[in-house]
Amino acid sequence: MGDVVFEARGLWKTYDMGEVQVHALRGVDLDLYAGELVVLLGASGSGKSTLVNILGGLDTATSGTVLYRGRDLTRADDAALTEYRRHYVGFVFQFYNLIPSLTARENVALVTEIAKDPMSPDEALGLVGLSGRMDHFPAQLSGGEQQRVAIARAISKRPAVLLCDEPTGALDSTTGVVVLDALARVNRELGTTTAIITHNVAQAEMAQRVIHLSDGTITGIVENANPRPARELTW
Amino acid sequence: MLSLRALDRKLLRDLRGMIGQALAIMFVIIAGVTTYVSMISIYDTLDGTLQRYYREYRFADGFASVRRAPEQVADRLREIPGVAELETRVVAGANLEVAGFGEPVMGLIVSLPEDRQPALNQLFIREGRLVQAGRENEVVVNEPFADAHGIRPGDELQAIISGRRRTLTVVGIALSPGYLMQIQPGTMFPDPQRFGVLWLGRTALAAAWDMEGAFNEVAFTLAPGATIDDVVTHVDLVLGAYGGTGAYGRADHPSHAMITEEFKQLQSMAAFLPVIFLAVAAFLLNIVVTRLISLQREQVAVLKAFGYTNRDVGWHYIKLVLVIATAGAIGGTLLGMWAGRAMGNLYLEFYRFPYLHYTLRPQVVITAVSLTTGAAVIGVLRAVRRAVRLPPAEAMRPAPPPRFRATFVERLGLHRFLDQPTRIILRNLERQPLRSALTVVGIAASCGILIAGLFFSDVIDEIVRVQFGLAQRDDVRVTFIEPTSMSALAELRALPGVQHAEPFRFVPARLRNGHRSYDTGIEGLPEDAYLRQIIDRELQPLAPPQDGIMLAMQLGRILDVGAGDEVVVEIMEGRRRTVSVPVAGMTEQYIGVGAYMEMDALNRLAGEGQAMSGALLLVDERYEDAMNAALRDRPRVASIVSQERAVSSYMDTAAESMLVFTAILSLFAGVIAFGVVYNSMRIALSERDRELASMRVLGFRRGEVAYILLGETGLLVLLAIPVGFLIGAGLAVWSIAAFESEMFSFPVVLARRTFGTAAIVVLVAAAISALLVRRQVHRLDMIAVLKTRE
Repeated sequence: MGDVVFEARGLWKTYDMGEVQVHALRGVDLDLYAGELVVLLGASGSGKSTLVNILGGLDTATSGTVLYRGRDLTRADDAALTEYRRHYVGFVFQFYNLIPSLTARENVALVTEIAKDPMSPDEALGLVGLSGRMDHFPAQLSGGEQQRVAIARAISKRPAVLLCDEPTGALDSTTGVVVLDALARVNRELGTTTAIITHNVAQAEMAQRVIHLSDGTITGIVENANPRPARELTW
Repeated sequence: MLSLRALDRKLLRDLRGMIGQALAIMFVIIAGVTTYVSMISIYDTLDGTLQRYYREYRFADGFASVRRAPEQVADRLREIPGVAELETRVVAGANLEVAGFGEPVMGLIVSLPEDRQPALNQLFIREGRLVQAGRENEVVVNEPFADAHGIRPGDELQAIISGRRRTLTVVGIALSPGYLMQIQPGTMFPDPQRFGVLWLGRTALAAAWDMEGAFNEVAFTLAPGATIDDVVTHVDLVLGAYGGTGAYGRADHPSHAMITEEFKQLQSMAAFLPVIFLAVAAFLLNIVVTRLISLQREQVAVLKAFGYTNRDVGWHYIKLVLVIATAGAIGGTLLGMWAGRAMGNLYLEFYRFPYLHYTLRPQVVITAVSLTTGAAVIGVLRAVRRAVRLPPAEAMRPAPPPRFRATFVERLGLHRFLDQPTRIILRNLERQPLRSALTVVGIAASCGILIAGLFFSDVIDEIVRVQFGLAQRDDVRVTFIEPTSMSALAELRALPGVQHAEPFRFVPARLRNGHRSYDTGIEGLPEDAYLRQIIDRELQPLAPPQDGIMLAMQLGRILDVGAGDEVVVEIMEGRRRTVSVPVAGMTEQYIGVGAYMEMDALNRLAGEGQAMSGALLLVDERYEDAMNAALRDRPRVASIVSQERAVSSYMDTAAESMLVFTAILSLFAGVIAFGVVYNSMRIALSERDRELASMRVLGFRRGEVAYILLGETGLLVLLAIPVGFLIGAGLAVWSIAAFESEMFSFPVVLARRTFGTAAIVVLVAAAISALLVRRQVHRLDMIAVLKTRE
């Protein structure tokens, strides 16, 4: 196992919903290692998105600490978190979130223009198998293609960590497999630490480690000595 | 307990959710309705007050001046068909001395029947009383003049009438409908410090002015059905033998003509300013509600699925708009009434009505409210129709993703120079060309309104520059009571401090071409005149013509003659000759309608020997008081006018009111610019919150994200400013045309300062909107946005 990338200790996240308090995370301890591909598995409301958002610098914990390679994310302000996301984190979301007014290549260029050591947009799109559709606008691409553009955009900065929140949630299973295969390839070829959120048990088979969450706590971590190639998954 | 239907409760919450935008639109509506209500009501008020004042104080329908006519002639005038009532009077010029004021003060002294009001042109007594019989030194003073010098009943004045000094005791302060604007003949601006109207008993004035048993002015009213032109012709026939200088109707009465011009301008401003505001408000409502409805398409679908009819849903949104429009209309009406009254009081200072009869016709309020709500509802109907047209099932699905393409700029091959955020800006703008264009027009309108409102001071500056820098260079203009031998020039040159003196001749005349005629005066200038210059359209000096007559362009238009044509000149003094004279050329004259000849040629035309009507002087400032003192007691001197002083005192007052006007207009124009910019940014934000949040997730800094949002509207603002310059210049040309009349022909001049002010107001309004919206960008909730479907 590689170096520790993330080190979370005693993470609590509490939302004030008027008179009631909702605890999204209740004391989570977790380490993520360089180059590994993990799947966070849990039902909706289990806290997996909250955890990933905190790891990715989109949200801050109510208490506890998160260290990214020794740097404390829980104490960082908005500007520092922005810089962190800008240089180290790649995100992939369920709803792609591409900029509709930019072509596939330009959506990737949006990131490469501000990154420190990016690959070229063409190279990133090649990695996800979209070399032929680089000049299409999002409205001209299928859902799976849009999601692969989102992945290309996320990896083009050569992020230290790739966080994917239900990347196949809006896709049918055939398309979903293509997207997961692209993620696995990036993890393999670039060595990017990758965390994939899903509630789909079948997808857990591609992970080296599966982290089970329920009701805001980690209920178990299962190591998988022989992850299955994404191509072989069905659901 | 008030119970609201669920749908109405939704309406209130929707309103609360868009409170910033709703307020911005409301402000624009308020600005529009305020200008409309205040301007129309002030026009109605002034016009109503004027008519009432004229009626109550019996302002005459026609007037005539004559050199000297025996009182019996009045009976002949009364017999003219169409004359209802006729009154004679004596009018005299005088030099006045006011204690503590060293400069020359000219007085116009009008006779008053003893112990009673005149039959026509009665006085409104503000303070004190009319003159009493047998008290020859009692005088009533016009209020502006009294105010300018702090004169009160009981005070004394020195007057030199026909060279005789008299001490007059002020017994009353009064106003007259004939002297609403107290402008001294031959000058441009009212100057109550240096020119005053006084009323003296008829007996006393006639004795002083050699008019016993005679008169030199008549005023008359018309019988029902009579026309002024017919009566004027007859009056001129009668008075011609006594040195009549031409009768004229109310329309040509200097005070009335001046005030009518001012009202006309007010009326045309009231016609276009509010329309612009209301149009912008309608446009804003349109885009805001279109956006709101497109955000709520699922809600619309749900409502329809539950069985609400298209009408219910449509009415729901119309109500939303009506709430905003009605609130704006009510606020605007109240503010407009308040502003109307406040402006009325300002005008009261200026025009000197005895009272102000504030008029707000109910139709004005009804029009304002229905224009506003109508514009708002029409603006919204399209969006509502689109919302209710969708079948519920379709409306519940998300809208198809917007289609984009490379922009024009990029297709030109310039894309290499554009980073991705800039491409986003350009493509968003190009995808909605109509909205972008309307936004540009909206912002440009505010810029244009400002220019149209502000440029008038540029015009005045230019007139002053041309009139007093090029055309009239004298320090003092001395006019004699009647044409005088040229030897008087030597006397003037010998006065203390006089550095240079040039004679001039002024001959009252009626110019005619066929049925067209115009009463004016011909000014005769020496061939080498320096102090008074005739200028052409390019502002180059022209020599006064030896042969023929030079006409102001306005006069050429009135008479329909040009260079080379002939005009008939009827001299209205002396031997009263009628001669046909060729038009030698045209001259540029912004104010007044003059005619010019070389002085000797004019004397020959009048059939008189070498004579001068007065002289223009250049005076060493240090000796001015001594010179004034020396001139004041000379019996032949009718008036001493120091143009420069009059202009500068007027400019000071004008500058003050201009500052107030500029501030108000800037505020209103700023409100429009703010309304458009703020709404367009808010809408861009609501349409792109997802995009912007995505970019924040990708690691874009707040400023970089704000660049996309603010850059889009910022680009439109930058585009709008030059467009606004064009609109402003267009409005300026249009309003100058609306203002043009017989008396005025103004140059269209737009100073760089005016454009600068307009641009700055727009930029400041845009910057304020940007700051407000920037705060929203900072609050973008990345997680919430990303978790929801588009």
